[in-house]
Amino acid sequence: MTAFKSLSAAMVKGFLRDRLTLFFVFVFPLMFLVVFGLLFRDSGAEKTKVAVVGDGPVVSALAESGALELEKHDDFEAARRKVDDGDLPAVIVARGGAVELTFAAGDQTQAQTVLGVVSGTVDKVNLAATGVVPAFSFKAQPVEDASLKPIQYLTPGILSWAVSISGVFGAALTLVSWRKKQVLRRIRLAPVGPTVVLSSRILVSIGTAVAQGVVFVAVALTPLFGLELTGSWWLALPLLVLGTTAFFAIGMLVGAFCKTEEAASGAANIVIMPMAFLSGTFFPLEKAPGWLQAVSNAFPLRHMNDGMLDVLVRGKGVEALLLPSAVLIAFTLVVGFIAARVFRWED
Amino acid sequence: MVTAPETVVGLCARPYGLPMTGERAAVVVSDIRKHYGDLKAVDGVSFTVAEGEFFGILGPNGAGKTTTLEIVEGLRKADSGRVRLLDEDPWPRNPALLPRIGVQLQASSFFEKLTAKEQLETFGSLYGVPASRAAEMLELVGLTDKADVRENKLSGGQRQRLSIACALVHDPDVVFLDEPTAALDPQARRNLWDVLRAIQQRGKTIVYTTHYLDEAEILCDRVAIMDKGRILAMDAPATLVRGLDAPTHVVLQRGAMTVDDARAITGVEQVQEDEVSLTIATRRPAPVLSALAERGTLDGLQVRTATLEDVFLSLTGREYRA
Ligand SMILES: Nc1ncnc2c1ncn2[C@@H]1O[C@H](COP(=O)(O)OP(=O)(O)O)[C@@H](O)[C@H]1O
Ligand SMILES: [Mg+2]
Repeated sequence: MTAFKSLSAAMVKGFLRDRLTLFFVFVFPLMFLVVFGLLFRDSGAEKTKVAVVGDGPVVSALAESGALELEKHDDFEAARRKVDDGDLPAVIVARGGAVELTFAAGDQTQAQTVLGVVSGTVDKVNLAATGVVPAFSFKAQPVEDASLKPIQYLTPGILSWAVSISGVFGAALTLVSWRKKQVLRRIRLAPVGPTVVLSSRILVSIGTAVAQGVVFVAVALTPLFGLELTGSWWLALPLLVLGTTAFFAIGMLVGAFCKTEEAASGAANIVIMPMAFLSGTFFPLEKAPGWLQAVSNAFPLRHMNDGMLDVLVRGKGVEALLLPSAVLIAFTLVVGFIAARVFRWED
Repeated sequence: MVTAPETVVGLCARPYGLPMTGERAAVVVSDIRKHYGDLKAVDGVSFTVAEGEFFGILGPNGAGKTTTLEIVEGLRKADSGRVRLLDEDPWPRNPALLPRIGVQLQASSFFEKLTAKEQLETFGSLYGVPASRAAEMLELVGLTDKADVRENKLSGGQRQRLSIACALVHDPDVVFLDEPTAALDPQARRNLWDVLRAIQQRGKTIVYTTHYLDEAEILCDRVAIMDKGRILAMDAPATLVRGLDAPTHVVLQRGAMTVDDARAITGVEQVQEDEVSLTIATRRPAPVLSALAERGTLDGLQVRTATLEDVFLSLTGREYRA
């Protein structure tokens, strides 16, 4: 076996045999995915529910459009009580040619939605009844916009965060432990170059990142969470690779300054936690205030996250890789350069 | 002030304790120095190790043994002086030299969570050695039955032996071992001695450090006694001890003979008696022992000759404390 292969194999074995590392790389982020995924499963997806009494062409058209969820009632008074109690935003009464809408004015947004949908439907049915060809045609097409279903932004976000954990911790802890236990010096006494050692370690981190991607996406794809991949999901691979190298470089920098594993994991946490919160791991950045969005641009995680969202759930293609890749490569080079300058073989 | 420390004991026939002539030198160190601020960790050390020799660097903690060894291995740069290792310069890092030397560092350095066999395979692969060498190495250090045990589950002695096996896996010509027997129980130390002897029998040159003077006396062809960054004496252990001209102590059970009878034996210089034993000091042990044999008082007899610790005492004026 070549030095490269056997070093990689040695590190993979060490990784797979270390329960704590496995936990933090796979289980811990997965817990967030599961908890948040289940917690927010229905939000955003919910349709407004209104009560309907009677039927006719308008009610049929409403049911067909699927814009509202209709709750059939026989008794107007009962339905009206539900609106009064705030259980339902409106009740529609259809009797022959008359459609009557009674709505709760408390929730303006919901009231406007119901009002718009019902009046639009009534107009459409009226127009159809007259047999006149419409002067303006209207076509609406849904796109995946910024307001994604939670699992759609949680999966790329938590995956990117998990890759940052495995990249930073992996590099920092290996470096510190190898330096402390003099494995680094021992390797230096063997006829292998530092490039071989470094590249095999990075390869292991990249493999870990890909494994994380497969596991997280597979979990999110289950009907329980209902992730829908759009566009070219395989474009996530280059992002996983570049994200790993950027986080690995950060880990090397952290490891260069820390003498013990405890110090290194503390420092790695200090780097990762704020970065994760400010980079849109747990909520879509579009909803964040402007200053926060600006600050988040400084983090590689933010850019990896952007790219991941684009190629996994926003149906974007290769063009969406350009900016994130450029940023991640620049990060790798700059931080990697600094890390190489402060690198020490021994304490 | 003593400028050439070896002359202290007056037995340095060869400058810098050069090994027997006719042998090629594996290591030649000339006047190396390494200072950390005011601290002279290594302060003008010179020695030569012949091919196939078992050479020991002894001294208390902080004497500068590790620093010296690491300068020779090429892990550290000397402030001044010259090192030739197998006719090459070890500094700066010399990849041509690396496959020919095997190094065990003072801390046992292993890859996390790997078994004994996997450690050997991984270290071996760094030198392009086939994985099959691992079994042979385990056999050499007596760890065949621990092949599948993880490094952190091995005992201290087993870890040291594995560490030595890792240093040997690529079949180097010169082996450097830094305190391989430190912190081991006596049984584990003895097991390790067998390993070290087996390595020497394979024709390897061994340079090793220890703070156990008794051990060095048993194992080494030659030793250099180091203290405070300097070599105080260097020669074969027996020569160093003999050069002391210290008396041999013959210890008998109390009551085996009277103090006066003991004094009457030719060659006896001093006799002491305590609650359990009668101790005779002599510089001519042979006639004394035969006289004792004639009297039939050899039962429970012990002979204690001077040791390297006595050499250290006479060189430094203080008791040896590791
Ligand atoms: N990197 C270093 N920086 C400062 N002092 C050092 C360094 N390495 C060793 N020393 C000092 O040099 C002296 C010799 O150390 P060392 O060679 O390790 O001794 P030994 O191996 O004989 O115990 C000690 O006093 C030690 O503290
Ligand atoms: Mg030492």
